[in-house]
Amino acid sequence: MKLLQTFALTAAVAAAAAFGASAPAHAEGKTITLCWAAWDPANALVELSKDFTAKTGVNMKFEFVPWPNFADRMLNELNSKGKLCDLMIGDSQWIGGAAENGQYVKLNEFFDKEGIKISDFMPATVAGYAEWPKGSPNYWALPAMGDANGWTYRKDWFARPEIREEFKKKFGRELDVPKTQAELKDIAEFFQKRVIDGKTVYGAAIFTERGSEGITMGVTNALYPFGFKYQNPKKPYDMQGFVNSDDAVKGLEFYKALYKCCTPPGYSNGYMQEGLDAFKSGQVALQMNWFAFFPGLYKDPNVGGDRIGFFVNPGQKEKGSQLGGQGISVVAYSPNRAEALAYIKWFASLDTQKKWWALGGYSCHKGVLNDPNFKNTAPFAADFLVAMDQVVDFWAEPSYAQLLLAMQKRVHDYVVADQGTAKGALDGLIADWTKVFKEDGKL
Amino acid sequence: MTDQTGLSGLVDRAALVTSPVVARRVRGLSERAIAWLFITPTMLLLLAINIFPLIWTIRLSFTNYRANRPNATVLDVGLANYQSILTDPDVWAAMTVTARFVFWSILIQTVIGFTLAWLIDKKFRGHGLWTTLILLPMMLSPAVVGNFWTFLYQPQIGLFNYVVAALTGAPASSFQMLAQVPLAPWAIVIVDTWMWTPYVMLICLAGLRSIPDYIYEAAEVDRASPWRQFWSITLPMALPFIMLAVLFRGIENFKMFDMVNLLTGGGPGSTTEMASITLKREAFEKWRTGYSSAFAIILFVTVFGLANIYVKALNRVKSR
Repeated sequence: MKLLQTFALTAAVAAAAAFGASAPAHAEGKTITLCWAAWDPANALVELSKDFTAKTGVNMKFEFVPWPNFADRMLNELNSKGKLCDLMIGDSQWIGGAAENGQYVKLNEFFDKEGIKISDFMPATVAGYAEWPKGSPNYWALPAMGDANGWTYRKDWFARPEIREEFKKKFGRELDVPKTQAELKDIAEFFQKRVIDGKTVYGAAIFTERGSEGITMGVTNALYPFGFKYQNPKKPYDMQGFVNSDDAVKGLEFYKALYKCCTPPGYSNGYMQEGLDAFKSGQVALQMNWFAFFPGLYKDPNVGGDRIGFFVNPGQKEKGSQLGGQGISVVAYSPNRAEALAYIKWFASLDTQKKWWALGGYSCHKGVLNDPNFKNTAPFAADFLVAMDQVVDFWAEPSYAQLLLAMQKRVHDYVVADQGTAKGALDGLIADWTKVFKEDGKL
Repeated sequence: MTDQTGLSGLVDRAALVTSPVVARRVRGLSERAIAWLFITPTMLLLLAINIFPLIWTIRLSFTNYRANRPNATVLDVGLANYQSILTDPDVWAAMTVTARFVFWSILIQTVIGFTLAWLIDKKFRGHGLWTTLILLPMMLSPAVVGNFWTFLYQPQIGLFNYVVAALTGAPASSFQMLAQVPLAPWAIVIVDTWMWTPYVMLICLAGLRSIPDYIYEAAEVDRASPWRQFWSITLPMALPFIMLAVLFRGIENFKMFDMVNLLTGGGPGSTTEMASITLKREAFEKWRTGYSSAFAIILFVTVFGLANIYVKALNRVKSR
């Protein structure tokens, strides 16, 4: 009898253990982790992904890292062949390294098999977020979050009659959205240290951050309109006379002048968050920042709604905006590749893309962007289309981090620390970049 | 007595649960063997987490290895990394910034730390409370200190600027501690001094309290002035402790990273970019693993060499 009882108990425990292991897996389904930066669009993606879970039963987990540490944390993860992330919404510049080092799954076959047409996505975003080598039909990501560097301004201040009158008297034109970089600086200078509602305000919050990518993303936004080019279009990696052309020198000098004349005191290490803080607290008339933040700013109770306006980075000699944004990739080390690919398939569909835009994400799908009503869906939607039509990206080479850090140093030394000349900084930059390309065997 | 009873009880219980086979084996071991038995796990742990990485770093320093390119061929480059580092003006600039920071921070901390220790040693009313208050900053995390000093230095709302403005009459937002090239290095020295002077004070205080009273009594019998007592008794006898504090702070400040990274990130420009920040950028942002290994070895040898020279000097002072 005792033996029978023991047997029955053992069987019961074994059965409980077996069901205990499989039942939750059935009930909850598999879980995949998506890694991205911690910012407004990430919250929209959490909301959007609930549809994926409802449709497939695959649970979503998210790993969001604040922007200043995003590259460090995630590149570390990729380089150590970590299994934390099944899906990665990585920065556009990572694509070269991630592709060449086998960290992202190549998606061509999958796209063909599932009938996903990359031509359904805006060409600039495909080139920026998905292709490697650039210009080749090799896709390592699906364009996920379109973005460009743009501007916001205090529409309510611009509308005040006494301010408008004074501006017109001083500059001989109406106070309006700037059409050139020079006009932008005029406006910033006009507002610098102006007292509005009893409070001293400043001209512009621009990118000056030293540690990660901040000042480079800001400076390039000024360099492109002045005519800066990364290389000779006819001879890759030939930078002499392009990176340090007279126009590029003027662009860099312009950015320094803008920093010196028109930023709030102590604004020597500011990036996205510092810009948002300065604008939301009513410190500045103009703010340089990524379009990704514009939906949140528009909803802001203090400076949003009728008080805020948006504009595309103004041209000077030509047009140009720094590309932001990211593609979504499947991490090669993921043990859940099938589920991760299923997410990409679901994300690529037009319905999902429409909802993505509605929730605050920037879709890159032509079906969303080419909709005749798209421009009316948000006050910054039309500007977004214009900006995405003129974007230029930083190097996306496997050695992009070395190229970026070299530029961070050269530019910060010149713009913020007042060391040397613009020509000297750009000449030095060519020397640094040449060294990197030589080490990589590209020169 | 209670403790001994408790201990013997514990030993008895351990003996009871130890199997006779194990007990016989242990009884057969020499004292030396038992000592080895105890220290072996620690030795293995140290080998695994200290010595092996050091040897591996030395090995990598002679290669072009990059941790982010696992598929690339790793080539032996001989001394090329060392040569490249030692001829790189940016590295020398970072070393200069580090040396300046180490010199000024230690000088100021030693002067203030010793003065505070000397005052606390007088045992005035409430000196216990003051000692506790003075020690508070060094109990904080450098990350917390870096963050709140960033706010204190904020030119528009920062308390530091307001205090300086109140004392000097200059407008609060007329200077920017973290943004101006001449001020940023001093901003870091001030924060480090605020945080670590108590540590120097504590070591100096131990030194002052170790001086026997009878020496001062003898000096007073000889009618030595307080000034003479300070120069002939207090300072020489506390000197080994002061030198010890300088050694500890020197090694720590040579490696300074966290606070500077939070306060300035090495900026403005490269004004506060210390060797440790350059090393971090090379190793974990540019992923030049071989190159950064060589850099780490150079820094290690520098600190180790300087510390050894210093320890010899310290021993000479102590033997006087």
